[in-house]
Amino acid sequence: MGRYVIRRLLQFIPTVLGTMFLLHYMTSLAIQFSGNPVRALFGDRTPPPALLEAITERLGYGDPCLSQKGNWCIGLFGDRLQSVFFHFDFGINLRQREVTDLVADALPFTLKLLVIAILFEAVVGIAAGVLAGLRGGSFTDYLVKISTVFIISVPIFVLGVVVREFVGVKFGNVLRGQDWIPDVISTGMFSPGFKPDYPFASLIIPGMVLGAVSLATTARLTRTSIMENIRADYVRTAKAKGLTNKRVIGVHTLRNSLIPVITFLGVDIGAAMAGAVVTETIFNVPGIGRLVTMSARTGESSVVVGVVTMLVLVVLVANLLVDLLYAVLDPRIRYE
Amino acid sequence: MTDVNVKLDALPGLDPNALPLEVKNLQVEFRTRNGIAHAVNGVSFDLRAGETRAILGESGCGKSVTAQAIMGILDTPPGFVTGGEILYRGVDLLKLPESERRKVRANRIAMIFQDALSALNPVFTVGFQLAELFRKHRGMSRQDAKARAIELLDLVKIPAARQRVNDYPHQFSGGMRQRVMIAMALALDPEVLIADEPTTALDVTVQAQIMALLAELQQERNMGLVLITHDMGVVADVADRISVMYAGRVIEEAGVDDIYASPAHPYTKGLLESIPRLDLKGQELSAIKGLPPALTNLPSGCAFNPRCRYAQDVCRKDPAPSLLQVSPSRTAACHFWKEVKGDE
Amino acid sequence: MSDLTSAGAAVGGAPVTGDGPPIGAPGGEGKERSASLWADARRQLVRDPVFMISFFYILVVSSMAAFPKLWTSQDPRDCTTDRSRIAPSGEHPFGFDILGCDYYSHAIYGARPSMVIAVMATGGIVVFGGVLGLLAGYYGGWVDSIISRVMDIFFSLPFLLGAIVFLTVIKRQNIWTIAAVLFLLAWPTIARIIRGSVISSKDLDYVHAAKAVGASNGRLMFRHILPNAIAPMLVYATIVLGSFVAAEATLTFLGVGLAPPAQSWGIMISVHQVYFLEDPWLLLFPCGLLVGTVLSFILMGDALRDALDPKFR
Repeated sequence: MGRYVIRRLLQFIPTVLGTMFLLHYMTSLAIQFSGNPVRALFGDRTPPPALLEAITERLGYGDPCLSQKGNWCIGLFGDRLQSVFFHFDFGINLRQREVTDLVADALPFTLKLLVIAILFEAVVGIAAGVLAGLRGGSFTDYLVKISTVFIISVPIFVLGVVVREFVGVKFGNVLRGQDWIPDVISTGMFSPGFKPDYPFASLIIPGMVLGAVSLATTARLTRTSIMENIRADYVRTAKAKGLTNKRVIGVHTLRNSLIPVITFLGVDIGAAMAGAVVTETIFNVPGIGRLVTMSARTGESSVVVGVVTMLVLVVLVANLLVDLLYAVLDPRIRYE
Repeated sequence: MTDVNVKLDALPGLDPNALPLEVKNLQVEFRTRNGIAHAVNGVSFDLRAGETRAILGESGCGKSVTAQAIMGILDTPPGFVTGGEILYRGVDLLKLPESERRKVRANRIAMIFQDALSALNPVFTVGFQLAELFRKHRGMSRQDAKARAIELLDLVKIPAARQRVNDYPHQFSGGMRQRVMIAMALALDPEVLIADEPTTALDVTVQAQIMALLAELQQERNMGLVLITHDMGVVADVADRISVMYAGRVIEEAGVDDIYASPAHPYTKGLLESIPRLDLKGQELSAIKGLPPALTNLPSGCAFNPRCRYAQDVCRKDPAPSLLQVSPSRTAACHFWKEVKGDE
Repeated sequence: MSDLTSAGAAVGGAPVTGDGPPIGAPGGEGKERSASLWADARRQLVRDPVFMISFFYILVVSSMAAFPKLWTSQDPRDCTTDRSRIAPSGEHPFGFDILGCDYYSHAIYGARPSMVIAVMATGGIVVFGGVLGLLAGYYGGWVDSIISRVMDIFFSLPFLLGAIVFLTVIKRQNIWTIAAVLFLLAWPTIARIIRGSVISSKDLDYVHAAKAVGASNGRLMFRHILPNAIAPMLVYATIVLGSFVAAEATLTFLGVGLAPPAQSWGIMISVHQVYFLEDPWLLLFPCGLLVGTVLSFILMGDALRDALDPKFR
């Protein structure tokens, strides 16, 4: 176990540096090819040169390497690493607010959203997958098979918009017309967007939308995994040991089948963070995701780069933890 | 050993003087998309306490399915037991409700499998998997159960049992894993042990050790052993009586010496002739020509007739004879057993 | 059978020129085998209604993208605001959008950017990812280590986040930059698939045999190993086409993709999302087209996988 952890930690460092560099190089290339991103902030107007220069300098786009196409900008990358890892500085926005501050304000909403999404997909996805896997060819099995294909084919923004309009607006309006339904349900849960008065209830539906995409994958993965394991030799051994059916399935089969599922759920935290960008935009949740789209729309690239850098680091740490969790769950990995 | 062996609820109709295992006319079929495969077609045999009964046959002849049917662990669907009786001390297991049947497994009839690596659960320690038996069948505490698990590992001669009890299956060598399987099967002192190709996946030297261990433990406990194998060499060493299976039927049944001295079925004879023998060095080995038939599409008449050098029209037209009495203690399912036996 | 024929050829007395015939014979047999695999697959696919419907749908959408004039004579940019949001009618089957432009012709012309972006990006990842995967799988060792590490790094960057950063900073959001960012962030997936199938087919006996008779690395890779990787690559490329169509629409919806006055399904959805309750068709038509296209690509990929994988026979 110890050796595995150390090896995994050593691999983690180059991956972090590599991913940071990829992000840095993509940004640099984009600037080198399309010019100073600060100009975009002024739209069609031509800013006074002094102001332009001041802002450029302040946002960290002043380095001369950014005007040479193809330059790796290693120096700039070093500076960036230094500010990120030693000063926890992810840049500032136009009004001189730290990106870390902006993220800190938005974080609680995104966290709540993520928790709802992951819980939803884990509970419903695993339950559906287990049912489908235990009875191959049954109704649940077909339901899971068909619905996974459909949910995978519907882009999350289409799903989000349709759910917002149908459930939040139309159905919500019906509920809001009934006096006996408590406000927390009619105006909180079934609202077309985030309501500051109901910071939890109004995030339930957005969270379910966010979880829906991976819900399908979770169910499918659980189903395949159960189907593979239910025929495994050790399940037969467990039966031969005279154990109850409940124990054969619940302990011997499930324990093995859920290893890939739990790993997937862990990795999916990263994907859900990216998905939160879409969901929060649609449901107007003031979280990190909306921060990214709003900044992208107004051209505040420094905020986009800073927030995404932070998100990527979180995703990387999540992946690392998943790998370690995998080793805890599957002893075969530990001793490799 | 016996102090913890809590008395089991007696099975209704249990007769302590009856044979520990008797299989009568067992029928198993597999219902697949390509039709129904009659995997086991009227298999009968019995087993006395302390005796070793070998079931011999090529892969696909239905010997493993027979074992799984006895244990009641067939994958259903596609496998179904459609007829016959499986008697444990006079009680027909097929008529027992599942809850009663479950108590027979491991307690009275236990089984060890061919490939111990895949037959042991990879994510639990061997200690957990052994202790589970005591906890679930005997209601022991985790601690007591673990102490018993260590005793068992000692019993099957695994060195440093106290440490190894916390290891996972993949940390053991092939032979050691099979010892763990044996320990698991013997945990609850069963009267009958079914060993399905217990040494096939092992090296030759390890094979001998495992067989010796099995024989020793069997003798100690006066336990009946059903040894399922395709290895004539293993059979000659340990078996008392042999049932030879072909295409889902027992085609010859006899004591081990009789069979080796004078087989009465052409298939058995073919099997014996295909063993390399030191005393016949330099001569060409004869193999049985052809392949075993598909169970979904058996040839008409005797299933062995296309491969049989004694076959005549009667073998192609009439169904194969049921087991004919060759001598008071042996039977063979061949019209021409006299020719087969005499023609030596 | 093949032993007989090759033996016959040798006995037949044709001058044996080096090791020509021995290589030719197994090679020829291999081709015949793979030809029958593809023929079998084709026969199975033609009989599969799901595949045929999806295939037909994709043909329709592709023809919209390639020849929009075939489908409509209207100009999607001929707009007058007094026709804003008029409901569908016989002459204008999709009605008019918020700016009073013919919505049907917008939908037809909107197929092009999605399809062009998806095809360009998929072509790019197949060629680039395919080559890198082949090199990594075939040579192994340090080549593999470097390529695999680089792929790991690309995998760690969530697709959507990377695309948003790149497109925000580059500001010019057109089909070229969108295709470029999709390509840049997605090539490792296909490289990984190719690498896997190359590694598994590298150790097949007939590859060893070809190596033993002195086939060059290039010949081994392209004649003997690559054909085995074609099937999984084709399956994945089909599915990726669908996800790229969806990705383009998603980026456009978020405001970092195409923007009006360009035509695209993503723009149609994004502009009209708030009119859903009064005029639902404004949202349903583009959503339907988009979901249909993505679904068709995914179903086609699934059917291809079933047809090409002998395990499912």
